[in-house]
Amino acid sequence: MGDSIIGVKFSGGVIIAADQSNARSILVYQSNLDKIPSLTSHSMLGCSGPNADIVNFSEFIAKNLELYRLSNDDMILSPHAQANFARGELAKALRKGPFQVNALLGGYDVKSKEGELYWMDYLGTLQKVNFGAQGYAGYFVLSTMDREWKEGMNEAEALEVVKHGISNLGTRLLLNQPNWLIKVVDEKGVRTIEFGADPADC
Amino acid sequence: MSIFTYNGGAIIAMSGKNCIGIASDTRLGIQFQTVACDFQKVFKMSSKLFLGLAGLATDVQTLEKLLQFRMNLYELREERPMSPKAFAELLSNVLYEKRFGSYFVEPIVAGLNDDGAPFLVNM
Repeated sequence: MGDSIIGVKFSGGVIIAADQSNARSILVYQSNLDKIPSLTSHSMLGCSGPNADIVNFSEFIAKNLELYRLSNDDMILSPHAQANFARGELAKALRKGPFQVNALLGGYDVKSKEGELYWMDYLGTLQKVNFGAQGYAGYFVLSTMDREWKEGMNEAEALEVVKHGISNLGTRLLLNQPNWLIKVVDEKGVRTIEFGADPADC
Repeated sequence: MSIFTYNGGAIIAMSGKNCIGIASDTRLGIQFQTVACDFQKVFKMSSKLFLGLAGLATDVQTLEKLLQFRMNLYELREERPMSPKAFAELLSNVLYEKRFGSYFVEPIVAGLNDDGAPFLVNM
């Protein structure tokens, strides 16, 4: 619950923001963690949960998607297919050794030229959404996003919605989350818009 | 907290003269928090067969995919559509396989037989 992830879909892409704190109990290990690993050139997974599971699950999915690309004539699976693949792996692992990862998968679909955002929890529940949150963030930002999200927004407008959410959390959430990493995926691929602390050499 | 109410949901089905109706809510929640308002819980398995699944959302989704897969295999091998009765028996078997580690779902099978007679099963 400690990791806050916010995702917003706009016309032509998706923005995902995540706090950069790596902490347990009263100790902050690190404040420049990147919790939004890329899965493919055009998709990313904002993850909430223990660092071990975030890394192992996201790398597992990413490498399998890369294997698919290498085995199938350079085909990058659509975000819909990636999300359902990830969901299946979470569901398979649930009754063996669950990945305790709650995630938001943001991707750009080259066929429809649309951004797609998928909400996924550690049980393997999957739902396509226009905006979403994981962690405590949901308790604060889902209501503001209900109000502010509109169909057909552009990147700048979506970023405003995200930043409003982040500011909201800064005011009202007891946990101190000073650094936020904001990434966008669109037709050009995944790129970082801004960060609180440089995640280089995480 | 009950596993069956964790995500929330209600399904209702009814039979009439040569017809059936099935309805569900479309809320996806995490206990009290609402995550989505367009979550599908009733699935059209064929033109005359619907499957409603209430309970833990991940199992609702897993079972839908699993049963669609099993139904497709059946229809490929048998070269005929699957009857609602056979489907219900299949579902029952799939669930019982996990007798001591079950899927947390409460299914309703609603369909029409070849002769047009309604077929409803609650598990």
